[in-house]
Amino acid sequence: MAQSNASSDDARPDARYIVEFRKVSKSFGETQVCRQLDLQVEPAEKLAIIGPSGSGKTTILRVLMTLEDIQSGYVIVDGEHLWHMERRGKLVPANEKHLRSMRTKLGMVFQHFNLFPHMTALRNITEAPMSVLGLDRAEAEERARELLDMVGLTDKADEHPSRLSGGQQQRVAIARALAMRPKVMLFDEVTAALDPELVGEVLNVLRKLAEQTDMTMIIVTHEMGFAREVADRVLFFFDGQIHEEGTPEKIFTEPERERTKAFLQAVLQH
Amino acid sequence: MDWDWQYTWDEVLPALLDGLVVTLEVTVLAFPLALVLGLVLTMLRRSRRWYVRHPVRWVIEFIRSTPPLVQLFFVFYAVPLLIGLRLSALVTGVVVLGIHYAAYLSEVYRAGIDAVPRGQWEAATALNIARAHTWRSIVLPQAIPPVIPALGNYWISLFKDTPTLLAIGLLEILTQAQRLGASDFKYVEAITMAGLMFLVLAYGSSLLVRYLERRYGTVERVV
Amino acid sequence: MSVFTDNIDTFLDGAWVTIQVTVLSALLGGVFAVLAGIGMLSRRRLVRTVSRVYMEVFRGVSALVLMFWMVFSLPLLLDIRLSAFTGAVLALALNIGAYEAEIVRAGVQAVPKGQWEAATALNLSATQRLRRVILPQAVAIMIPPWGTMTIHLLKASALVSLVQVADLTARANLIRVPQPESTVALYTGLLVIYFVLAQLIAALFNWLERRATVGRA
Repeated sequence: MAQSNASSDDARPDARYIVEFRKVSKSFGETQVCRQLDLQVEPAEKLAIIGPSGSGKTTILRVLMTLEDIQSGYVIVDGEHLWHMERRGKLVPANEKHLRSMRTKLGMVFQHFNLFPHMTALRNITEAPMSVLGLDRAEAEERARELLDMVGLTDKADEHPSRLSGGQQQRVAIARALAMRPKVMLFDEVTAALDPELVGEVLNVLRKLAEQTDMTMIIVTHEMGFAREVADRVLFFFDGQIHEEGTPEKIFTEPERERTKAFLQAVLQH
Repeated sequence: MDWDWQYTWDEVLPALLDGLVVTLEVTVLAFPLALVLGLVLTMLRRSRRWYVRHPVRWVIEFIRSTPPLVQLFFVFYAVPLLIGLRLSALVTGVVVLGIHYAAYLSEVYRAGIDAVPRGQWEAATALNIARAHTWRSIVLPQAIPPVIPALGNYWISLFKDTPTLLAIGLLEILTQAQRLGASDFKYVEAITMAGLMFLVLAYGSSLLVRYLERRYGTVERVV
Repeated sequence: MSVFTDNIDTFLDGAWVTIQVTVLSALLGGVFAVLAGIGMLSRRRLVRTVSRVYMEVFRGVSALVLMFWMVFSLPLLLDIRLSAFTGAVLALALNIGAYEAEIVRAGVQAVPKGQWEAATALNLSATQRLRRVILPQAVAIMIPPWGTMTIHLLKASALVSLVQVADLTARANLIRVPQPESTVALYTGLLVIYFVLAQLIAALFNWLERRATVGRA
């Protein structure tokens, strides 16, 4: 990440957006997963990202969650640079302290749940609020039980993850991320690892979240019907760039570009 | 204190090199014994007869979980009373370390053999191949190559266990160092050099084994 | 077998020394192992290098040679008094710690990457990630090989008899000299005692393993 002037035009935050990518590039060895990517997300927007696997759509979420760094460009979250910080008027690469302060704005749900196997469902949810936000046990547990109610797992509070089905684990993982009250939630193919009959219960929770909260949600998914139903806007991601974007209506009924048509045809066929 | 270079050069090194010859003798004689005996133990342990399988398992467990030093005393002092034949320190060392490492190696072989798919046995049965022949020409050729690096690691371990033979007066590296230390009170030079000798040889060999691991892949070590 | 009943006090004293040597060097070695094992995964190059050098050196030098060095050379080198017991325990701890460091490193690395990522996404600090999420899972993975190493340590503890520490093996040797007719019974019994102690250690670690995985798959 090169140093540059904080006041230069391509680095100044734009107050209209909660998430912005400005000319972000990222590659793993030979493969470029983001090429000069520009992306804006408005507060409270529900954004769905679709596209073939390996197109780099998961990388967008992982960059936002600070799990992968970027090679050039800027990422801005809630008015602040994510991968840079200001030092004497200059933008310099972020240190761990800056990253930690930025992570408070973000939450993520993973494809493979990544619940902590040595903790009960309740403990999975209370751990971070207690150790990061400094809540006391009673507050944290109250918050956790409300969230477990919300995802329909009131009676599973004391179970370890290995005793839960995939769908139940993923719902606990959603509650765990929500307990940190992030402004932006990232959902990375959250139903892709589930048996088909368990997909519905997880999508129902997401649907409820999309309807009832003004949290910004960025959803990478293969569930086209779901994307169409909950998203305000759909991005078709291809080859490290946004190939086409628009309202769900537009993308799913009258896509303009050939690649988009071909992709939708292929995934909607089965 | 001052390090006596003259003494190190004139007295310590020649004595340690004499010791090294003995140490390598033990290492080179005991390990092949362990290789062969270990394989025999592994195969007996997989015998279809329970009265072979179970005792062998316990014998392996017993050898593995008792100190080589005490086994050494047993063979050096007790066995001659039982068989009426005195064994030299060298023979005792080779026999004890050979048997001790055979017990370790039987675990290594076992890991290799367990990694051979069941289907290979079943195919051999289906082709009506005799059991001994199945072992020799179907199972072992697949089981051994992946465990070669692990075997190498045990060879190095055996080398590092040879100073134990000081207990029965074998003139290996540490015994030589100890004798010099005691006679001239130059423990620092003598034992430090002995330590360096082990470090250089063991570390050098382990680099070789790591190279083998990269080439042939690896099987989990047991000890 | 009268050699045992006649010398019961001597054996109990020796067993107590063997247990002390084993337990103390297991605890101290555990500290070395955790420091070096986690050190090998550090982001700082210097920490990684120091940890790795510790591991290579103290695995490379034979345990008994290290023990002789600690007991006979180190006091001369530093001009200090160091009891044979302390020197022997220190040597065993440094040696076993170098082996166990590798177990710690492998255990930590065996925890799936997704666990680190989830802990990062929940904004846990680096220390919290390690202490609350990774280590509890790594420990469960580490217990079985750690048990094997502890039995190895029990066996290696017999080496202290060669630097005049009066453990079980040393006491048995002392008894043999005036009573050569009891040699066979003596060493057979000694092997059996070590075998039983090793089985106790194995049982302890089996119990720990069951406890560490309670509630999990």
